Amino acid sequence: MAYKLDGWQDPTLGENLARAGISRRDFLAYCGVLAGIFAVGAGAKPARAEEIADALAAVRKPNVVWLQLQECTGCMESTLRSGGTTVEEVVLNLLSVNYNELVMAAAGDAANKALADTNAEDHILVVNGSIPTKDGGIYCTIGGESAEEVLRKSAEKATAILAVGACAVWGSVQASRPNPTGAVGVDEIIRDKPVINVAGCPPIGEVITATVSYILTHDALPKTDAEGRPLFAYEQRIHDSCPRRAHYDAGQYVRSFDDEGARAGWCLYEVGCKGPSTFSPCPIFQWNLHTSWPIGAGHPCIGCTEKDFFDRYTPFYQALPDVRGLGVEATATKIGWGLVGATVAGVGVHAGLTALRRSASRKADAAEPLAAFGDPGAGRQGGCGCAGGQDGNGGRDGKDGGCGCKGEPPPGGGLGAVGDRAASAAGGVDATRRNPTGGEGL
Amino acid sequence: MAERLVIDPITRIEGHLRIELESDGGKITKAWSETTQFRGLEEIVQGRDPRDVWAFVQRICGVCTSVHAIASIVAVENAIGANPPEQARLIRDMVLGSQEVQDHVIHFYHLHALDFVNVASAAQGDPQAAVDFARAIGSTWKGNTLERMTEVRDTVQSILDSGQLSIFTGGYWGHPDYRLPPEANLMAVAHYLDALEFQRSMIRIGTVFGGKNPHPNFLVGGMACSIDPNHTESVNQVQVDQIGVWVAESLEFVKSCYVPDALAIAGVYKDYFDIGAAQDNYLAVGMAGATFAGDPATNEWPTAHTAIKPGVIFDGDLKTVHPFDPEKIEEWVHSAWYSYKGGDIGLKPSEGETTVAYTGPKPPYEWLGDSDEYTWCKAPRYDGRAVQVGPLARVVLAYAQGHPRTVEIVNGAMEQLGITAAQLNSTGGRILARAVECLTSAEILAETTFPTFVKNLKGGDIDVFDPTRWEPDSWPSEASGMSFVEVARGNLSHWVTIKDGKVSHYQAVVPTTWLAGGRDKDGQQGPYEESLAGNGQHPLTDPAQPLEPLRTIHSFDPCMSCAVHVLDPNGHELQAVES
Repeated sequence: MAYKLDGWQDPTLGENLARAGISRRDFLAYCGVLAGIFAVGAGAKPARAEEIADALAAVRKPNVVWLQLQECTGCMESTLRSGGTTVEEVVLNLLSVNYNELVMAAAGDAANKALADTNAEDHILVVNGSIPTKDGGIYCTIGGESAEEVLRKSAEKATAILAVGACAVWGSVQASRPNPTGAVGVDEIIRDKPVINVAGCPPIGEVITATVSYILTHDALPKTDAEGRPLFAYEQRIHDSCPRRAHYDAGQYVRSFDDEGARAGWCLYEVGCKGPSTFSPCPIFQWNLHTSWPIGAGHPCIGCTEKDFFDRYTPFYQALPDVRGLGVEATATKIGWGLVGATVAGVGVHAGLTALRRSASRKADAAEPLAAFGDPGAGRQGGCGCAGGQDGNGGRDGKDGGCGCKGEPPPGGGLGAVGDRAASAAGGVDATRRNPTGGEGL
Repeated sequence: MAERLVIDPITRIEGHLRIELESDGGKITKAWSETTQFRGLEEIVQGRDPRDVWAFVQRICGVCTSVHAIASIVAVENAIGANPPEQARLIRDMVLGSQEVQDHVIHFYHLHALDFVNVASAAQGDPQAAVDFARAIGSTWKGNTLERMTEVRDTVQSILDSGQLSIFTGGYWGHPDYRLPPEANLMAVAHYLDALEFQRSMIRIGTVFGGKNPHPNFLVGGMACSIDPNHTESVNQVQVDQIGVWVAESLEFVKSCYVPDALAIAGVYKDYFDIGAAQDNYLAVGMAGATFAGDPATNEWPTAHTAIKPGVIFDGDLKTVHPFDPEKIEEWVHSAWYSYKGGDIGLKPSEGETTVAYTGPKPPYEWLGDSDEYTWCKAPRYDGRAVQVGPLARVVLAYAQGHPRTVEIVNGAMEQLGITAAQLNSTGGRILARAVECLTSAEILAETTFPTFVKNLKGGDIDVFDPTRWEPDSWPSEASGMSFVEVARGNLSHWVTIKDGKVSHYQAVVPTTWLAGGRDKDGQQGPYEESLAGNGQHPLTDPAQPLEPLRTIHSFDPCMSCAVHVLDPNGHELQAVES
């Protein structure tokens, strides 16, 4: 059998660390570093290493509330298919998933009690699904309460919040034009805590479970990109690692589905692939036990890890420069293929501005230590410190961050990094060499 | 004295369902089925490229992933006259077939079993006794070993010892109506875990062709996945061989594990063949996976699933199969939070409207059933009647039409369990029908669909896409299409109208809508409500632990995101909501 009892076997973190061969001395040294971090945290009470160590050592298996709001259950289904850390491992061994509607035994009042009890203590919060904000929340209620209310209650004592899937990240399909229910993502509602955005419709199962296990093994939230996506999964564009990339570089394109080029595995750019603008590990991790992935199965990438992809990346079968919402549609056919670079750069700059706005609120990644384990000092300092007015979103809702804080953007923050990435992406496209159609779009 | 009870959330389903009940003397007297989620996809697909719509409507459901995509694509193809090649259709059949099998397995073990299997008791199970029990019920599953049962017992014990019960927190483990002996509970928990692993494997058939699961990729006019045994980058000989292995494994799991388990549980809870009857009317257009572009009564596309004819059965009369007529489908919004321009009438899907008119209380709220309107789910009716769809309906229809394999399996099961055909209309009957259908689906996949695909491949047929209708300028300026597909939870139809290359009207009539919808103008209840309150005999021992109604509701395999409609109201704006 694939699943095996490993990992968190003993009742407390201290005992588990001991079993793993971590000495008290090493643990104390680590906690000393934490004490230093807490000491500089705004409003956090300085703590001694011993106090932190004692508090942490007593931590039990992290309790988890796994909400399913306005969504389709695809994310939970994807979690069920995870081949890395399996769902068996997650629900039986690593975590105590006390509330999740798809798999939990209890229903009705018993389920609501499990939720309330878990919410009353420190816990990890995982959210699938968006939050409908129109008309008092009537479009999604659970136990007679609006999804927004359920989320707020669950977030109150959460020590780490994961928004899993496109719906929880930005609202996804139901937030697409004209968004009849006013659906938004988790970080539009929960603004006083960092939210890790595990993007994708759905995300790859392994990426979902790895985000959880990252927190458990690092005692910290993963490092993220400008959109709050964990770097371990969203650092690269699909285009960067695509096995068909060589065909792109060689100017070998599928012109029509199932043509000779399609059978030979040529590049799908001309039939609408959004891989050049999509940050996702699909080509690297692949899907369903490394069986295949969308481009591998001959279909263009629809960009499901990107914000607003249902609006920005449609029509799906239109080649990238002509896609609406990227700011180039008016002149795309005139200027032609060279715009791929500009398009990507545009996405990069957009993301960079968002990063500036968000990076302060997320604080440095290192400043969220042990949040998952409910350390009293970690993760709940509140303080968001937005760089006010830097709304690079320019988009769907036009709303700003909303917290009103005036924080300093961190030195060398997201803009530089993402800008570099965008620049290199732009540099990676040579219009003259790769323009087999002489500037004509589809 | 009547007691009131709310079960919200109903867990172990897809989406958000609330059941309100009144009971008296341990029996349910009234029931309200309430869908508490609405997403408005009908507005969202309006004006889009019809070739993109599959990707939107597929997101109706991540459990029923593939089925909405295929239904959408077939409806669009029906409208524009695209003619997908046979191999593409067979690929869709394989995707539908493998999903059907996987979906039923997940439902039985992960969404339904805990209503009958006491996890806490499994810790007391003797591992050798569990192995013996498995053997006694005819389970030849390879996981029935002493080592495995011991491992699982220890796992359950360690969870109980830790005091952190994870997903088993708050279960009704003290309820007197858990009836399986500890060794049977232990075996069932072991198979629950084996099935988790197995569903990961069986879904990979769809991944080869669609690239991912959930939400694989499809294409109007065929499939995007080129097939050619002699190419590295297409679906080639290596993957065809792999699919052959997965197909065989699926059949093996269903035969050696799922079917014996389902029969054993149904046997122990045999009174559930007298509990949970809904309307004795059944509608299906074929066996699981049957796919039709246009009217199923006149459709000529060959598929692997045309062994039985589209039909309708009324009042449990298995001797008379009425011909199916799409024109007789109407949807009512009498109990739903929508309004029709024409008032309290039924509308055909091709003329459907979805204008939101919420009249319910502002959340948080306590009770919905005192109002006429109490759900986001419409109420479809066939020829004015509420009908059951799904595995039970298909099995009953196949049985009535004398489909040899179905008759053989059903007769064998009825003999083993000591029940009659009339008792299939029940909570137990739905469990049994799902297992029967899972077996026939796995067999059709292994014995017909996959071998036909391979045979064609051997003959050089590698064509999977019809390019002649790809460009919008090849389409008529106005066109309508419809599709019917038999999917895990029942009959699914999509209806599309295209004007000047864009979607101008879209509607889906979804299995769970047929089942979960509320009362109509004549007070006729939907099947969920009828199954709980129809004859006033449904047990409810302890309102604090409503195990019995959960058994019945779960027997339908509710899929609530599907149930809330995808349709376009010809450009109507969502009207202002009174709150």
